[in-house]
Amino acid sequence: MRMLALHLGVLAVLAAAQFLLPAYHHTNAARIMVLAVYAIGYNIAFGYTGLLSLGHALFFAAGMYATGLLVDRGGEPWLALLAGLVAGGAVAGAVGLLALRTAGPAFMIVTLMFAQAFHLAILYWGGFTGGDEGFTLSGAARRLGPLDLADPTTRYFVALALVSVAMLGTLALVRSRLGRVLVAVRENEERTRMLGYDTFRAKLLALMLSGLASGAAGSTYGLMFGYVGGSFAAIQYSILPLIWVLMGGAGTVLGPLLGTALMFYLIDLSSSVTTASQAVVGAALIGLILFAPRGILGTLRERGLRGLP
Amino acid sequence: MEFGPFLLLALMEGLVGAAVLALTASGLSLVFGVMRVVNVAHGEFFMLGAVAAWFVSQWVPGPPAVAFAVALVVCPLIVAALAALADLAILKRLKHEPEATIVATIGLLYILQQAALTVYGPEARPVPAPFEMRLQLPWFGWSGYKLFVIGAAAAVLLGLWLMLTRTRAGLVMRATQIDRETATAFGIDVTRVHAGTFALGAALAAVAAVLIVPIQQAHYLMGGDPLLLSFIVVIIGGLGSLRGTLLAALLIGLSDGVISTFFQPTLAKIVATLLVALVLVFRPQGLFGARA
Amino acid sequence: MSLLEARGLICHFGGVKAIDGVDFDLEPGEVHALIGSNGAGKSTLVGLLSGRIPVQAGSIRFDGRDITRLPAHARVACGIAYAFQITSVFPRLSVFDNVALAVQRTGARDLRAGTMAALDRVGLAALADRLAGALSYGHQRLLEIAMGLALAPRLLILDEPTQGLAAAEIDSFKALVRSLPATILLIEHNMEVVMDLAGRITVLGNGRVLARGTPAEIRANPVVQAAYLGGRDADA
Repeated sequence: MRMLALHLGVLAVLAAAQFLLPAYHHTNAARIMVLAVYAIGYNIAFGYTGLLSLGHALFFAAGMYATGLLVDRGGEPWLALLAGLVAGGAVAGAVGLLALRTAGPAFMIVTLMFAQAFHLAILYWGGFTGGDEGFTLSGAARRLGPLDLADPTTRYFVALALVSVAMLGTLALVRSRLGRVLVAVRENEERTRMLGYDTFRAKLLALMLSGLASGAAGSTYGLMFGYVGGSFAAIQYSILPLIWVLMGGAGTVLGPLLGTALMFYLIDLSSSVTTASQAVVGAALIGLILFAPRGILGTLRERGLRGLP
Repeated sequence: MEFGPFLLLALMEGLVGAAVLALTASGLSLVFGVMRVVNVAHGEFFMLGAVAAWFVSQWVPGPPAVAFAVALVVCPLIVAALAALADLAILKRLKHEPEATIVATIGLLYILQQAALTVYGPEARPVPAPFEMRLQLPWFGWSGYKLFVIGAAAAVLLGLWLMLTRTRAGLVMRATQIDRETATAFGIDVTRVHAGTFALGAALAAVAAVLIVPIQQAHYLMGGDPLLLSFIVVIIGGLGSLRGTLLAALLIGLSDGVISTFFQPTLAKIVATLLVALVLVFRPQGLFGARA
Repeated sequence: MSLLEARGLICHFGGVKAIDGVDFDLEPGEVHALIGSNGAGKSTLVGLLSGRIPVQAGSIRFDGRDITRLPAHARVACGIAYAFQITSVFPRLSVFDNVALAVQRTGARDLRAGTMAALDRVGLAALADRLAGALSYGHQRLLEIAMGLALAPRLLILDEPTQGLAAAEIDSFKALVRSLPATILLIEHNMEVVMDLAGRITVLGNGRVLARGTPAEIRANPVVQAAYLGGRDADA
């Protein structure tokens, strides 16, 4: 109960922040919340199930392109958004059917290769996808019924709604029977199998849920900021959620949001001081894996906050 | 040009690619075999070798051949030292745990790329070849330097093979590869072996880069393609098997030469990445490896 | 009818005949002990029965159903539970969660009640909120057994359950086994425990069945005495 209150409290603060933040940070906050949904999705696979994927940009971009291409050709935005979700989950399922036959480093490389192939495909069929430059979405394409996603306030609340659903969804998942099985797979897959669980199915389900959230994030991101481009399918976008989750704390509900926000502003600040923002990402990766592999909230949980989900 | 000579040209170009690829990939394979580390920053060591070769060509006076000779010795040493440092400072502290080291080497990739961009800049710059010579075939002319690249790569690989099979250092590396604990028990300093292996792997990539840079310009983003191709080679050849790596390098290098002559390179890359993924899924021991 | 019937099982690793033509039956409700020196093939045989090692030749029937090709997790669903030799509880999960994982597999409605009942059975209910990794070795072994029990299996395979337990803990373990309704296959080095609990004993040697019978018969069997009981128990 206390933990539910904590999460609702965080969401309430975010809702209040809408009225307090100056315009620049206001846009950033909306961006962070949508990207946090991506991180939350990544966390389901990596943090809870122990699946270290290097190819999640594939699911993010699948959602973004499914939605973007549909609305760009005059599709109904609501349906396009739904298509983005389905695309994320379905692509994750297809990749999982193959990639989950491997584990550890092989799984990382296989997911990386699939994502890379997709990125290259976007570049190769540039006539259809807009290639590296991508395409922008018109105002009409970004209108979900009465909600105009080009409007900052609407955008903020849609992002908040999305991150709320994702966060409370994870909270429910973690406390469910399925959540317990996923954690068991992460901790010791062989033992879990000998308790009678089809661990392949469990992992596939986790990856699909993860892909669904990633697809939702990609889809909404495209609609909100009106742009769909090949860079979202590049390897950098597979690495980012890994960093966000590592930083906030893998296997914690609030970690992805915290990590996304911190990393976003870390890069934002560093790029105002130096042009070497990429080095900051690299240094963050190495520093985290060396000194704080459990991330901020994971470390807090180890130091006494044991109830933290 | 007719098809026959055209194919011959494609094969000869492919052979150059295969030679350089064999060097790069054997470095990746060695590191994976002995240390069980998948080094995602391997392509950046290649890039550093090329960029360092450009600096050497600027600083060393005299004919290009002198600068080239200096680069061929100095650049791999610099890169090797850097790699040894990275191993001792980062990978060793992660106890070479496979997943953690992949994350760390991704971080290393970003840092090295950014460092190259900052110090060297975004331009692509050529390095003069040590000698100009043209081989005239009945159908087309070919650079004699390319022939030199093939020969030099073969010589380095032969040296590597002799080192691994005939010297104490090679024996120690192979012993560590087979069983880390026993090697420690026999008084082998595993820390030094690992640092040395990582350095050697990086040096091989750097040698390959110094050889190729007179043909292909130095650029801070040039590490991506060799990394991808090396991955393909190592995975298809069987992880950690040097013989499989060489065979696969020949196959991939030649077919890359032929395919990119006749087809779109992007399409070839799509097919290649999917191929790697599928080989890992269905034949993790590689196409040439025996089933364990 | 037998609960479990294995016929002509073969499992070779490279040139090593780990299991070389073994027939094996379990009667409903019996406590059956499997003994033999190290390398006799006990672990391999158990691996074949539980599905952790694929069967190369031969067949296994459980409760009349052919399970030879069934994967391990599906065999658990059939009612074959396996408690690990080396303690392999989930150390970073709570004691409750460890057992709850087993209880929820059975589709139980009331997870909390079922889990606490299983913990009560082995006397760990008071420790439910602890992390499993923080328990003493003996308690971890009990937790392992509780997880096996919580699956409500018809056949419970206990792989060296008393290894590393103190004398008093062994006594309570024996009492626990006697109280169980399931058929039990016991792989055990401690001869005192075996002779005390088992109704029948199968002796393995070099991947084959050397002898089978009641504890008294096994004790009197000259082949077994020469091969196994004769010297000191090599593995104890």
